[in-house]
Amino acid sequence: MLDDKYHADRAVGTMQDKKITAKNVQVFYGDTHAIKDVNVDIADKTVTAFIGPSGCGKSTFLRCLNRMNDTIDICRVEGDILIDDEDIYDPRVDPVQLRAKVGMVFQKPNPFPKSIYDNVAYGPKIHGLAKTKADLDEIVESSLRKAALWNEAKDRLHQPGTGMSGGQQQRLCIARAIATAPEILLMDEPCSALDPIATAQVEELIDELRQSFSVVIVTHSMQQAARVSQKTAFFHLGNLVEFDDTDKIFTNPQDPRTESYISGRIG
Amino acid sequence: MTLETADITPPATPSGKGKSLLAQDTRTKKRNAAETRFKAYGIAALAFSILFLAMLLFAIVRNGVPAFTQTFVTIEVELPADVLDKNGNRDIDDIKKVSTFGYNPLIQDALVAATADIETDVADGDLKKMLSSSAGATVRNAVIANPDLIGQTVEFEVLASSRVDGYMKGRVEREDLERDRNLDAAHLDIVDALSQTGGVTRKFNWDFILGADASESRPEQAGMGVAMLGSVFMMLVVLLLSLPIGVAASIYLEEFAPQNWITDLIEVNISNLAAVPSIVFGILGLAVFIQFAHLPQSAPLVGGLTLTLMTLPTIVISTRASLKAVPPSIRSAALGVGASEMQTVFHHVLPLAMPGILTGTIIGLAQALGETAPLLLIGMVGYIASNYPDGIASGFLDPNSAMPAQIFEWAKRADPAYYERAWGGIIILLVFLMTMNIIAIILRRRFERRW
Repeated sequence: MLDDKYHADRAVGTMQDKKITAKNVQVFYGDTHAIKDVNVDIADKTVTAFIGPSGCGKSTFLRCLNRMNDTIDICRVEGDILIDDEDIYDPRVDPVQLRAKVGMVFQKPNPFPKSIYDNVAYGPKIHGLAKTKADLDEIVESSLRKAALWNEAKDRLHQPGTGMSGGQQQRLCIARAIATAPEILLMDEPCSALDPIATAQVEELIDELRQSFSVVIVTHSMQQAARVSQKTAFFHLGNLVEFDDTDKIFTNPQDPRTESYISGRIG
Repeated sequence: MTLETADITPPATPSGKGKSLLAQDTRTKKRNAAETRFKAYGIAALAFSILFLAMLLFAIVRNGVPAFTQTFVTIEVELPADVLDKNGNRDIDDIKKVSTFGYNPLIQDALVAATADIETDVADGDLKKMLSSSAGATVRNAVIANPDLIGQTVEFEVLASSRVDGYMKGRVEREDLERDRNLDAAHLDIVDALSQTGGVTRKFNWDFILGADASESRPEQAGMGVAMLGSVFMMLVVLLLSLPIGVAASIYLEEFAPQNWITDLIEVNISNLAAVPSIVFGILGLAVFIQFAHLPQSAPLVGGLTLTLMTLPTIVISTRASLKAVPPSIRSAALGVGASEMQTVFHHVLPLAMPGILTGTIIGLAQALGETAPLLLIGMVGYIASNYPDGIASGFLDPNSAMPAQIFEWAKRADPAYYERAWGGIIILLVFLMTMNIIAIILRRRFERRW
């Protein structure tokens, strides 16, 4: 399933510096202990996949990385999460700046009910990334090109983004996320609402995005994790069970729980 | 292969396996009967509502439409200079010295002249009973507006008295006048004769819509215009206060406030406030705005403030509901690209919630527009709104009435002519409401078109 190109890339990936470090992370929803003592180092310019059965905490952990959990009143995060050696839960950190640096793509395509152009331009506008209209046009074009959507969207930039197909909408959301020039891209099951062809397009895109970003993707599909990622983390009942190179996880898992999940016995 | 296909009649007693789908079993029959019955109840309920609505509309139109026409008497009034302008220099101050009573003999002469050809027992001095007592004022106002009329004989259309108007509309019969000291049957003979020659006509009366209220004895002169302005100024106060306050409060409660017992308490109380009888808000307005803050009584500003208190819960509840209806994915999307919470609300959530907020606001305003009870307590009922407000400030601060208060006022006056006007007032109120709703629908369409 994995061709030689992937192996070669993966070797490059592991040589990169670490981008995100999580130390003893605990997450509580009220009384529920959702994430238990997770330690993980996520490398730059790598695709890291989080897999695990439903409710295992992989999405919760992902949402800790750009503090999206802040919006949930009862959610409490303990431990340290460092991005470029800076604690993102430090009181001095404004989540707004953090989220400009850590972009996010959601499970369901959620374009704003505005034009395609406005969808992509919104982030750069509020962060003041473009001084002139021409700058903004350029950011929109390059973001749409990176998201492999330019050819389909260039003639309808001022039509509503909600009028596109599901796969196009999801790529629009990716374009929107990368328009703010983030360093990390979080993807929460980005393909679960898409058909196989759209999924293939998005996966191809993820592989290209790895050139510029550190990508963290949560997925339910083990095939997808195997196809797109270089590193895989397996979560089970709030624990990070195993974190290793993707091919090692899928061919030679160390933990019996990982093996059971991969072979379809739990989950 | 063909022998079974012919046998499609269902078995006589379907049981267990092999039940035919072509026959309904008892359970299915019962269920279908219940469904049919329920649909019938629904249609019956709908038919009743439509019937009552039709009856209501019919009654309103039947009773109210006559109020929009009024009977006028055309008379040719001689305006002699030696009576109206004794100094002969057409000085406006001299002309103003002649009161409406000074005009009454002129009108009487005009009436005598107009009825010269008609044989009647009515004494010359009693002829003016056919006219509204406002006739003198009508002629005087015309002379003051145009002093050049003095010395000429001018044709005037003056209001007929409410009895004559009632006779023309079929409300007053000859038998009704036996114990009436205001008019005799003999007057009606004159009216009949005059209406054949065109001296008495019934036509559309703009003064009913635009004019001011009149005293109890002159229903023919009373109009809705000033009370309508009172309502307009009140609605301005309600809109300008309750929309921003209500929307800001809802946004804070829905998007920013922490979930704890204080916000829970506030939430429960807002829901309860929406159900508080409006007269309670009235007495609150009396205590706070008039007795404590010493704002003027009967003023649209106070009415508006009181109605704002009443409208706020409605607006808050509907705004929160429409904010809740905005899909959370839009919020995550905005937060995900690094919008602050306020940017998320103002750039994305609020525009999507706008149609719902507008609907709620219009419902609240419509409620406030039709509210009478709180106005009772702050003195906007019973005040005779006889003067147009003089400018914007006076519109807010001078005593006035409001449309429902005016209707209530008319309905409780003794003269049956006022009863007709109360119904007519209802029509104006409903048209006003419908206009507001149409504006709301147009605005909502505008907002919805922005995908």
